[in-house]
Amino acid sequence: MTEHRAPVLDRRAFVRLGVAGGAASLVAACGWDGGNAVRPLLLDISRLNDWVGEKVLFSPTRLARTYSSAERSAMLPGYFISRSVPTLENPSAWRLRVDGLVRQPLELSLPELMAMPRVTYTVKHHCVEGWSAIATWHGVPVSAVVQRCRPLDAARYIRFVSFDSDYSNGWDMASALHPQTILAYGMNDNPLPPAYGAPLRLYSPTKLGYKMTKYLVSLTFTDQRPGGYWEDQGYPWFAGI
Amino acid sequence: MNVHRHHWIVRLTHWATLLLVTAMIASGLQIYEAYARFGNRGGPLFPSPFDGAQFPQWSRLGGWLAGALNWHFALMWPLLTVGLLYLGYLVKSGEWRALLFRPRDVRGAIDMTKYYLRLRRDHPPQGKHNPLQKLAYTSIYLLGALAVLTGVAIYKPVQFSWLTALFGGFQATRYWHFWIVWIFVAFTITHVILVFAVDPASLRAMLTGGYRGKFPSHD
Repeated sequence: MTEHRAPVLDRRAFVRLGVAGGAASLVAACGWDGGNAVRPLLLDISRLNDWVGEKVLFSPTRLARTYSSAERSAMLPGYFISRSVPTLENPSAWRLRVDGLVRQPLELSLPELMAMPRVTYTVKHHCVEGWSAIATWHGVPVSAVVQRCRPLDAARYIRFVSFDSDYSNGWDMASALHPQTILAYGMNDNPLPPAYGAPLRLYSPTKLGYKMTKYLVSLTFTDQRPGGYWEDQGYPWFAGI
Repeated sequence: MNVHRHHWIVRLTHWATLLLVTAMIASGLQIYEAYARFGNRGGPLFPSPFDGAQFPQWSRLGGWLAGALNWHFALMWPLLTVGLLYLGYLVKSGEWRALLFRPRDVRGAIDMTKYYLRLRRDHPPQGKHNPLQKLAYTSIYLLGALAVLTGVAIYKPVQFSWLTALFGGFQATRYWHFWIVWIFVAFTITHVILVFAVDPASLRAMLTGGYRGKFPSHD
């Protein structure tokens, strides 16, 4: 029961209504990404979500579900940011460069990579757009390359660089060392097709598709968090699922 | 007579929920546009009248996929906080007793339905809310919980694979997450119509806390 408190509460309610109305009109302001006032705040919260994703929710040992090859999707869209399919002029001269904060920099040819431990799995691909598709991938675990190049303790990230224009990604070490994170040179039992990142691409069923750098040229170990093609435009950096 | 009906926590969380859910839906519609259907690539699709739909620009928030994702994943925190604050208040104050539909309310719900269908002349006795209201509110709490859980299951379908599997897989979970929106919208429209049709004074009560309407005995 309250008596005579109404005026105070009315004023409070008025303010609250104003806030509600203001925010509602912002919502209605066609396709607003937050503008210069709110967008930086949204990106800060996205960084917080990266931290939660990486440090709280991500398990370095939990494996994504695998499927039988009979469950493969009839199609899996591929894309690249160059105007046409990026291809190498001289494929046999291609080497994967491994450098940065490592004791042993490497230059690995495709036959050398194929001679390393091989992982094959049939997994579900999750695109940030919301679609998903099942395919089989085979390649060498990133952890096997890490064993060879022996990163320094200071190395906390890997920058994956491609020859698809300026496409690149940065990964945290724990995600890169996950047993299902591979450098794939094969898809659906065949050599990796050019449309899907030949000769070598990053693959992981624990990340969104845009984190899986195609058309790889180098892995650089670093102590600075590397940006990435989509990440620099505002997409979540961690993108672990 | 002026009775105090809603604690400030209830009023604050009520309007904050309206704002936050509106923005969550608006950014969700922008996210939906990136892949406006449900089902694995190359596989069968879930039945939906919104296949390939683009919602009007005024209804979308974020400008493009990344902008919408950042809104969605930022606002999920205050929305969760507001939800927990509200539920915490209900538990601590004991008000959950007036809102939670329990098996013993079935009898009263039948009486209330009879009254609305004019099979019974007198309004059955009730507390703050009648059993049908309790049923509606309890359903909406469950729907809110489902919205959060399906959201988590889409956000981290590998880390929470058990949850994603529980909802029938990644695409099925997207499907439920999307349909919860329309149930919520339908609830809200009904809710607003009932406020104005039955007891307009309850709007003021949700703003100021004070109720001066025709059902003070329900408090």
